[in-house]
Amino acid sequence: MSTLDIRGLEVSVITEKGPIEILRGVDLTIRSGQTHAVMGPNGSGKSTLAYSIAGHPKYRVTGGSITLDGANVLEMTVDQRAKAGLFLAMQYPVEVPGVSVSNFLRTAATALRGEAPKLRTWVGEVKAAMSALNMDPSFSERNVNEGFSGGEKKRHEIMQLELLKPKIAILDETDSGLDVDALRIVSEGVNRAKAANDLGILLITHYTRILRYIKPDFVHVFANGRVVEEGGPELADKLEAEGYAEYVGS
Amino acid sequence: MSVLTTNYLTPTGREEAWRFTPLNRLAGLHDGSVAIVDRKSLALKGATPAGVRFSRLSRELVSIESTSQDVVVQRVHAESTDVVLLEIAANTQVPEPIFLNRTSGGLIGAELSRVRIALGAHARATIIVENSGEAILGEDVEILLAPGSHLKFVTLQEWSAGSVHAARHHAIIDKDASFVSITVTVGGSLVRLLPTVEFSAPGASAELLGVYFATAGQHFEHRIDIEHGVPRARSRVNYKGALAGDQAHTVWIGDVFIRAAAEGTDTYELNRNLLLSDGARADSVPNLEIETGEIVGAGHASTTGRFDDEQLFYLMSRGIPLDEARRLVVRGFFAEIISQIQSEEIEERLMTRIDDELSKAGQ
Ligand SMILES: Nc1ncnc2c1ncn2[C@@H]1O[C@H](COP(=O)(O)OP(=O)(O)OP(=O)(O)O)[C@@H](O)[C@H]1O
Ligand SMILES: [Mg+2]
Repeated sequence: MSTLDIRGLEVSVITEKGPIEILRGVDLTIRSGQTHAVMGPNGSGKSTLAYSIAGHPKYRVTGGSITLDGANVLEMTVDQRAKAGLFLAMQYPVEVPGVSVSNFLRTAATALRGEAPKLRTWVGEVKAAMSALNMDPSFSERNVNEGFSGGEKKRHEIMQLELLKPKIAILDETDSGLDVDALRIVSEGVNRAKAANDLGILLITHYTRILRYIKPDFVHVFANGRVVEEGGPELADKLEAEGYAEYVGS
Repeated sequence: MSVLTTNYLTPTGREEAWRFTPLNRLAGLHDGSVAIVDRKSLALKGATPAGVRFSRLSRELVSIESTSQDVVVQRVHAESTDVVLLEIAANTQVPEPIFLNRTSGGLIGAELSRVRIALGAHARATIIVENSGEAILGEDVEILLAPGSHLKFVTLQEWSAGSVHAARHHAIIDKDASFVSITVTVGGSLVRLLPTVEFSAPGASAELLGVYFATAGQHFEHRIDIEHGVPRARSRVNYKGALAGDQAHTVWIGDVFIRAAAEGTDTYELNRNLLLSDGARADSVPNLEIETGEIVGAGHASTTGRFDDEQLFYLMSRGIPLDEARRLVVRGFFAEIISQIQSEEIEERLMTRIDDELSKAGQ
């Protein structure tokens, strides 16, 4: 049982012109087995929240706290956060030229598990994870995200989620850019990871479509850098019908 | 010391060709102050394949096909006693790479070595020159490609710390012949290479690839010169370098000349440098001179940057520690070119060396 606790989080993005305040006091608690959907207008700071949890160097935390089972996440390096059990499926996964997917996955698994996975079982593990997400085996010889289509990048993220087995996963618009079949396949991957590891999920999305596959326990409305309303799954339907007008422009 | 010394124009360091080179670290190769030792360090490794001849001839028996402005090359031409010849008969397809090995000669006295590689019409081969150990070496390799022939020419500069290597690798490429060179420089105190190309007939092509990795105190210089003097030849240049550590210095010059007669030329050159620490310096000077507008394409690009934070973040967000992430990114940066040697053994050896250099540099 794990708990990711975010209290009063304030974050600025570092730009050439100086820091710009984005998050203005975010409170969120995610426990193992729970699914939290976060919805909010473009630019409201959802990705900033996701990156801040993962420790991206572009963001500076100016107030508040993030703890995982009581441990101070903000003091951890990016890799330590992953080792502690956090995972971020990125809105825009990064291309890493010259580094093959298979080398990348094995290096990551070795770092997370503390020892190199046995080659035999590992190859099978990767193959199974790929075929479960309808990815061609040839992807393992390609360079990380290089030349992947938008949808292929998202599948690759969820494949890593299944292989690396985190405690808490942040999925930043994993559904954007997926065709109807891919949306189902990717959602099933998320649900498998949840069932297998009692995963806690923070799911950032603009659409209720994915919520038909991945059922949220809680829905949070995000606007102007903070959570402005919380509710159950019915809140998502209301947002889809009425938009965010009620929450912005204050 | 040779009596011919006084005939050379000893560079002062102010010349365009020498302005980046620390002359005091050339061990006297440029001004004749080093004693010349007849070492004959270049040997063919393994059995001689069918259709291949490896021999040494007295220097006056092998004509110089292309003179040079470079004083070290001039010395090699005038003072080397013999010429190493590697000849591949017409229509011969050599299935496995031919390895030429330079054994360590030590740091007392210099070797001046002249080499001639000649491929007959429609011959195909891969030649890999392995330079390692300690040496002070002035070298000129002339490469003659007859019509329709194809050569992949790999040179590995894996010298140990004190070595000094100044060389020209000059290819003369005939009709429909293609030349691919892969130059790898990862060791030595000072390495100054002149990969140069001239085309003697239309349809010829050259692809010059290279990687270099300089750490504290090393000076690695690659001066490319491609002469497009005939119509419809094609050239591509792609050199990638990394630098780490105080006073690591690399120089990349890419001179490409498209003469008035060279209609239909297609050329592109690229140099990318990765600066891995403060105190290192990468000079990169692409230079394209075009005397005719009737060309297919001509371009160049040069970039010098640091680690990409987004790449490191992505890798680290999967649990990979910083030093390991850097290693992956650097290996990945070089892989594009090193993989084209198409030898797993050499690739692994070079990558291990690169890892070592990276950790030595305190990354
Ligand atoms: N380098 C930067 N310079 C200026 N503003 C920035 C910079 N980086 C981020 N921002 C701003 O921070 C705000 C929050 O961005 P963020 O990516 O977190 O939004 P989001 O809620 O994820 O939006 P979307 O739904 O479009 O993905 C935006 O207004 C964005 O323009
Ligand atoms: Mg976003």
